[in-house]
Amino acid sequence: MKNGKSILLVGVGGQGILLASEVISQAAMIQGFDVKKSEIHGMSQRGGVVSSHVRYGEHIYSPLIGKASADVLLSFEKVESYRWIEYLRPGGEVITNTTEIVPPAVYAMGKEYPHDAIDRMHKQGVNVLAVDAASVAKGVGNVRAMNVVLLGVLSRKLSFPDETWQEALRARVPKRHLEVNLNAFKEGQRLAAS
Amino acid sequence: MSRLFLSGNEAIARGAWEAGVHVATAYPGTPSTEILEAVKQYKEIYCEWSVNEKVAVEVAQGASMAGARSLAAMKHVGVNVAMDPLSTFSYTGVHGGFVVVSADEPGMHSSQNEQDNRYLAKFMFIPLLEPSNSDEAKKMTILAFEISERFCTPVMLRTTTRVSHSKGLVEPGEREEREVKGFEHDWTKWVVIPANARKRRTVVLKRLKQLAQYSNECPLNYIEPGRGEDGRIGIITSSITYAYAKDVFPHASYLKLGFTNPLPFELIARFAKTVDQLLVLEELEPFMQEQLLAAGFKVLGKEVFPREGELLPDVLLNSLREAARKKVIKIASDHPILAEASRPIEPSEFDLPRPPTLCPGCPHRGPFYVLKKYKPITTGDIGCYTLGVLPPLSMMDSCICMGASIGNAMGASKALAGTDKTEPIVAVIGDSTFIHSGITGLVDVVYNRSNITVIIMDNAITAMTGGQQHPATGKTIRDERTTKLVLEDLCRSIGVRRVRVVDPYDLAAVDEAISEEIKADEPSVIITRRECALLRLHHGPKVVPYFVDQDRCIGCKKCLGIGCPAIVTVELDGSKTVKARIEETMCTGCSICAQVCPVSAISIEEEK
Ligand SMILES: Cc1ncc(C[n+]2csc(CCOP(=O)(O)OP(=O)(O)O)c2C)c(N)n1
Repeated sequence: MKNGKSILLVGVGGQGILLASEVISQAAMIQGFDVKKSEIHGMSQRGGVVSSHVRYGEHIYSPLIGKASADVLLSFEKVESYRWIEYLRPGGEVITNTTEIVPPAVYAMGKEYPHDAIDRMHKQGVNVLAVDAASVAKGVGNVRAMNVVLLGVLSRKLSFPDETWQEALRARVPKRHLEVNLNAFKEGQRLAAS
Repeated sequence: MSRLFLSGNEAIARGAWEAGVHVATAYPGTPSTEILEAVKQYKEIYCEWSVNEKVAVEVAQGASMAGARSLAAMKHVGVNVAMDPLSTFSYTGVHGGFVVVSADEPGMHSSQNEQDNRYLAKFMFIPLLEPSNSDEAKKMTILAFEISERFCTPVMLRTTTRVSHSKGLVEPGEREEREVKGFEHDWTKWVVIPANARKRRTVVLKRLKQLAQYSNECPLNYIEPGRGEDGRIGIITSSITYAYAKDVFPHASYLKLGFTNPLPFELIARFAKTVDQLLVLEELEPFMQEQLLAAGFKVLGKEVFPREGELLPDVLLNSLREAARKKVIKIASDHPILAEASRPIEPSEFDLPRPPTLCPGCPHRGPFYVLKKYKPITTGDIGCYTLGVLPPLSMMDSCICMGASIGNAMGASKALAGTDKTEPIVAVIGDSTFIHSGITGLVDVVYNRSNITVIIMDNAITAMTGGQQHPATGKTIRDERTTKLVLEDLCRSIGVRRVRVVDPYDLAAVDEAISEEIKADEPSVIITRRECALLRLHHGPKVVPYFVDQDRCIGCKKCLGIGCPAIVTVELDGSKTVKARIEETMCTGCSICAQVCPVSAISIEEEK
């Protein structure tokens, strides 16, 4: 698929993943691509695992990304990147937030939270970029803009011009939050460069 | 107009609008809910959250009688509830076009079963349309109304979760304004006394023959010839499976079906002649395969592809590989689909379930915590509160379908009465679910003199499906004020004498109510009333979070027993005990943890 990409966004319900995948889709549309996006709502929103698939290219049939097929795995939570790692294509890239959200299963069922998830992926030879998007978002004035910080990081891996991203953000983010989010995006870009 | 980026559900709403629909109804249910939520934006359409799916179909049916195009949307199990009016609707036929949307859920992401509603369309002798993406969803919705009026029949438009919830580009059109024709006064058609119904049954069977012919000509059913060796394999498929298959096996020959009841047997015969081997790709049951086998076609289907869960791209690929290796299907051994990805990344190794949980501040939490103290038989129902079954609350014994909690409790109480195995029995049901189908159960409880306790968890919204209004919220689908159903008055008028309303954030009050009511020798209702925490975050007062004073915390973990995602543990340096900590950003200030803490270590005063 010429210049097309498959991006898998994962994390925990309530982290702003759906908005992020909307913005990516919008940007791809502005660039003139065919776009498909898929996610599960419902039960999974109550603090469960959330995934959103975004695919763009000349012509897209399946809205879902198969195993070993994602070009980028963008994770909003530390261990979720590791949970979904087999969806990454060989040579693909993981961008993960370092925020940890420990599920109640750890206390209720005596499960263990793998704090060393990023090391484990490194050991597997996976290309991982880990960023503390929450701190950066706090820095620009709103922790909730963490999702857009991550988009800023992602933007460095895709080939859309900055104006396209800004237009996409303007189309999808409510006006009163726009400025914070445009800043969050820029900080994310800077994070990716550093 | 430029193309729109719509989910399948939004595209169906758009299609309904363009088709000139005047009335749209639904009861929420994943994955169908967003259809009516999208219809809301079209001012030309009257829309409503109906009390349940049966009422939704009856309202849309009445609109059809009046000569308007109408649509009713529901999840797959919703069609069970609506089957009574729907199956006879097939006999009467329509006046204004009518489409029922059945959103099925292979994979059961948010559902209690995996039923395949294609069988219901066949069972009712009605046409079945199955889009595979958003653009098709819009076009098929429009065509569905044309078919409905041309053949005088209800039409079922069936999506699956992936069609409903995936987004794609849609070519928008204008609305075709249609005049409402006026009520059809034809008692021989609409009054199904046996003498009329017998005649209508003949009409239905004649219509079925016409539809079978139409299926062969319908533009939704078409052949896509393949290329090279692969093109000798013919794949018959519909719905989202088509999209997956085109990615996984692009050069095969396809018979893409959008109109699947009745099946286009002549077209299938033509297609069969062009290929060496026929494969049927369909999620869930062998709906098409069985019919093709019965018609004498040599096809492979469920021998190769699983009958359970979704036929995801990976599942499809692995099934094809497996079948090729076993030589069940003929694919050259050097075919690219047989090659594994070069050095795939190993799956992760860890076991950390992250099931959905009751949100921080959820008003359902307190009552379950108290129930755990008394451990009655607790028949449950469907909604967010079903999550009370998960540890650490673990307080639900059954959950079958909407409204079942009350009948189940009633039946258990009658079976156990007079034996040495009696236990207190509580039915737990949400406000929306109670109105959907719990009321009649409660009438039965009173009428037939049971003594169970019904807890109605009233969070002033239909929360599980994302927050829809219902009669007891006093607001319509468009947030207009309307007469509010008062649940306690309703229960009293049914004949329940012991009705009380308590605040679920007040554990002592909940405890008092439950301990007294489960002892009562007559039916009782406890309404636990507090707004859904998600609603409150949206428009309620500013949240004041709680803190754990870690000098006071003794590490007893009682607060962890309420299963709040905002409470985590920390190992402090120099202290051997694990102490509790509250995630400030997640806490909604409900105070339940503070109420269970035995040493008053949790308060709204900042620690230190
Ligand atoms: C027949 C049927 N229709 C719809 C649904 C989808 N559904 C599941 S729970 C629910 C409503 C839950 O609302 P409520 O009873 O108020 O409980 P809450 O989630 O607010 O706690 C709905 C609509 C279903 N499972 N079955």
